Amino acid sequence: MSLPSATIGQASSVDFDRLVFDDVSRYFGRRRALAHVSFESCAGEVVGLVGPNGAGKSTVLALAATTLQASSGQVCYGDRSAAELGPALRGRVGLLAHELQLYPELTARENLEFFAALFGLDRVAERSVEALERAGLGSRADDPVSGFSRGMRQRVALERALLHDPTLLLLDEPFTGLDEASAEVLIERLRTLKAAGRIVLLTTHDFENAEAVVDRVMLLKAGRVAAIDSSTGSLRDRYRHAMRGEAVPGGAV
Amino acid sequence: MSRFAQVAWLVMRKDLTVEARSRELLLTTLFFAVSTVLVFAFGFVRDGRAVEDAAAGILWIAIAFAGTLALGRTFERERYHDVLHALLLAPVDRPAIYVGKLLGIVALLAAVEAVVVPLVALLFQAGLFRYPLRAAALLGLGTIGFAAVGTLFAAMLVRARSRDVLLPVLLYPITIPVIIAGVRGTAALLQPEPDLAMAGAWTGMLVFFDVVFITLSLWTFEPVMTE
Amino acid sequence: MTRRLFGPLIAVATLLFAGAPVLIAWAPYESTMGLVQKIFYFHVASWVMMFLSAFVCGVASAVFLFKGRVAADRVAAAAAELAVIFGLIGLVTGPLWARKAWGVWWQWDARLTMALVLWMIFTAYLLLREYGGSGSEKLAAGVALFGLANVPFVYWSVNVWRTIHPTTNVVPTLVPGMAGALWWSLVAFLLLYTAAMMARVRLEGQRAALDQLYRDLDDWGGQPHNEG
Repeated sequence: MSLPSATIGQASSVDFDRLVFDDVSRYFGRRRALAHVSFESCAGEVVGLVGPNGAGKSTVLALAATTLQASSGQVCYGDRSAAELGPALRGRVGLLAHELQLYPELTARENLEFFAALFGLDRVAERSVEALERAGLGSRADDPVSGFSRGMRQRVALERALLHDPTLLLLDEPFTGLDEASAEVLIERLRTLKAAGRIVLLTTHDFENAEAVVDRVMLLKAGRVAAIDSSTGSLRDRYRHAMRGEAVPGGAV
Repeated sequence: MSRFAQVAWLVMRKDLTVEARSRELLLTTLFFAVSTVLVFAFGFVRDGRAVEDAAAGILWIAIAFAGTLALGRTFERERYHDVLHALLLAPVDRPAIYVGKLLGIVALLAAVEAVVVPLVALLFQAGLFRYPLRAAALLGLGTIGFAAVGTLFAAMLVRARSRDVLLPVLLYPITIPVIIAGVRGTAALLQPEPDLAMAGAWTGMLVFFDVVFITLSLWTFEPVMTE
Repeated sequence: MTRRLFGPLIAVATLLFAGAPVLIAWAPYESTMGLVQKIFYFHVASWVMMFLSAFVCGVASAVFLFKGRVAADRVAAAAAELAVIFGLIGLVTGPLWARKAWGVWWQWDARLTMALVLWMIFTAYLLLREYGGSGSEKLAAGVALFGLANVPFVYWSVNVWRTIHPTTNVVPTLVPGMAGALWWSLVAFLLLYTAAMMARVRLEGQRAALDQLYRDLDDWGGQPHNEG
């Protein structure tokens, strides 16, 4: 079946300019994680996913990252599905998950070099050094990640997700554990990516920071899209308003 | 080097680097294997001498038990911080990741066997070094077969509940041919009158087993790893 | 289609089972084993059903794994359960036979050992499905596939292992009357097996349909609507 093939790289043929969720549902047995979610997110746009815990925000990211398959509906990258694009698609997606996906026994440099090589990138060593400089961790490059604080790990993990300059960037709570300065750096970084035409999807509870960079907000409640909103104004107020507006007494869920 | 081999090499080297740094798996697995040998010695030594064929049995039980422990632990490392998902997200042929993990576990078990085999030979006056090449072939092929099935099962159990107990529950019935072949083949070499033909037959069966189950694992790794 | 067949199938199976004791009683009396030999007709039939069911489970699992057909998974789950149940009948009747034939309850006879190993594999399959949490049906399918591929290896290794220390093997040579009763039992068991499979697969299908209904209800009831 899928035995040795040397052709997997980042051929531009897998590139795409939008992410489309078409009536996507995901169930775990009877439990609904996500139901009939449809949205489109375009190049040069940052979409924020907000909603209470367990609303399905991380499920959306996992589905977009292809680590989870939809029970029904389709996730499309441009015009094609993950199945049509094959493994090469994964080379165009970057994911910063809630669990940071770093080996604690390895140093920051080793972690980045390992993933860079795994992704088949060139200039593995230089890329890793540059990434660590950007993360402001150049001096800690050779310390094991296990000794890092949550914020430092978060920065390394973000660099890992961005190593291969993905077309689609998925960030689960990217502001967690970041101090003010790092958060500002991240916001600046996201603006650059936006300008470069990347598609960014991020979940967050940090409205103040998100406000600075998010173009549209998608509110998820109990696995459904409760509202998609691109108006301006305080994100926190809009969130509260949307949550209140949706609270239907006696309604199911 | 093809991309497939490169990925397998990277994954194995990563595992060995982590292991060289912490030595956790090697030391705990090794000590566990030695403890197993000791525990079984109390069961099978009478009047200061082991009962017939006990040495071969004890050796393979120690390998199987220690192997199960090591398999569980090595994938616990991938589960911790959810790194396995990051591996699966790489734009690579996923079976290459399986091969990398398999090579890592085989290397680890080889290191454990390098201590346990002489120990068994010493404690039970077993002539394991009388036919070093034949014994090594049995050990190598048996270890690969056990680890080939074990690596796939441990990988897929990463996202299951009760994975600690389910791994041996699933692994032992499937690897019974490996255990029988290992024990009987080794016992054939250890007899006062070594039965080389019999040892050869078991070695041959192990070759078949390894080929069939590695092929099956490469086929099934991708579908069982997708959620 | 299958629902219309179910009734007649059960009826014929019942008739066959009702007739089986008569045929078995008529079958020649085996002198060394005595009455215990009569177990043989059901014992062999249940082992055959276990092997058949294991085969069905393995093939269905492969279809589920590689083609993604959910219906195949239901067949596999049903077949695994039946393999374990028929295997259990074999495991209970086997020692009764062994006690009389060999004077011990259990003998590490090649066929017995092989059946035990296969039974263990499919019991492990059920344990994984039961306790593995969500998504474990895919993992179980892998186990079933490996279990099926393992059959020739277990067969060969157990046989060679046993021939090292040969033991007397008391399987009676079948005289014509015995063969008739055995075939009768086999057909009866096969019909029972088919009926049980149909019922079990249908149950799984209805369970899936019920899950679907719950989801649909959820969809309908959870639709955002504004009237308070």
